[in-house]
Amino acid sequence: MGTAAGVEARLPIGSDLDLMWVRQHVRQAAATLGFGLVDQTKLVTAASELARNTLVYGGGGTMESEHLVDGSSHGLRLTFSDEGPGIADIEQALSDGFTSGEGLGMGLGGARRLVHEFAIESAPGAGTTVRVTSWTGRPPKPREEF
Amino acid sequence: MPEHVGDTTPGTPTGQVRDFLRGRREQIAQRWADEPLFRAVFTVSRDEAVEAGKAVVDALAEVADVGRVEDPDAPGFAPVRDQLGRMAAARSRGGLSTGQVSGELAGLRPPVENMLLEELRDAPAEHVRACATTLTVLMGTLRVLVMQTALSEGQALIDRQRLQLMEVATPVIKLWDGIVAVPLIGTLDSARSQVVMETLLEAVVEQRARYAILDITGVPTVDSLVAQHLMKTVQAARLMGAECIVSGIRPAIAQTIVHLGLDLGGVITRAGLADALGYALHQLGAGIFNTTSNGTDQR
Repeated sequence: MGTAAGVEARLPIGSDLDLMWVRQHVRQAAATLGFGLVDQTKLVTAASELARNTLVYGGGGTMESEHLVDGSSHGLRLTFSDEGPGIADIEQALSDGFTSGEGLGMGLGGARRLVHEFAIESAPGAGTTVRVTSWTGRPPKPREEF
Repeated sequence: MPEHVGDTTPGTPTGQVRDFLRGRREQIAQRWADEPLFRAVFTVSRDEAVEAGKAVVDALAEVADVGRVEDPDAPGFAPVRDQLGRMAAARSRGGLSTGQVSGELAGLRPPVENMLLEELRDAPAEHVRACATTLTVLMGTLRVLVMQTALSEGQALIDRQRLQLMEVATPVIKLWDGIVAVPLIGTLDSARSQVVMETLLEAVVEQRARYAILDITGVPTVDSLVAQHLMKTVQAARLMGAECIVSGIRPAIAQTIVHLGLDLGGVITRAGLADALGYALHQLGAGIFNTTSNGTDQR
């Protein structure tokens, strides 16, 4: 348990089929690192939301997965990057129900609630990078809004 | 473009290779007929393999004739494109990797090159080298052509399987008078969910169903898009007078839906398919009674 083999990867996100690949990779990587079933499902769902954003709003990009170690806890960090139009108002994009497309507007904010750490970097015309990390053996982060 | 560009006249390397291929057509085809690549497809008789070999040599000579030795799309290849694709496919079915098939194709060159060198043994060294290079380029183009064909075959197969998957994965099952169920399996992307919605709505009309159960036990991930598809299906069924029940929500999925912030409030949900059926039967005024124990236990 907890070896980098099969966890670290860089996957392209360019089509619906790639989304399936991303989900399968994240599920496998999370299982390899010892995440429980609930945490696996949360991570896969977050990855699915973020990868779809990369595809639909960013016009495609990549997902990079890394294995982190902190004491006895293993972390899985997923970085989604695209070179799309970027996000002008990040606060607005993170709020539930906001969408510039046809979705429910739950993806970005929902993904943030499914992981331990969430960081987003974006500017109009400069693309978007979302980095999420979850750790094994840590309780879900306290819920501020809910 | 004129038929004969400057460098294909007799004596130039390309012209020389063309004349050589035409002159030694029979011999080359005889040699190739014994290669596994040809033997695997033309199993009935050796003559058939020889004929196939001749067709390939003719195509190569034709391509050399118009001076397009580096162009896998040259019209000269058209007559043998199908045949080459079948050969590569047959070798793949025989358990060879793409790399090994490519290796076998590369194996077609050395015997031809030896014949060419033999024929040119009195020619100046520089001319011989130029001719050998031209032949190598030409055979390399043939390899590219076969790999292209093999890859597009693979893509066509994937597309067919994708369509098949869409059809078979959405059966609508009649559970009781007025109750239908759809066990959803696998990824629920936009195309699949469209198929699900259509087949379900048709079944609602056909079976005069009052209740439709969508079982998501086999759906590995429920994200906001999948939820959106489910809600749309539920709304559409409702418009047709059928109430939808979503069943098969596993604990991990339930927690994820809550954290994601999805509101399935307007949808009737049950943990298992049996619970959903029990609910629907109850609503229809029917029920299942257990006759072996106390006989009054209604779900």
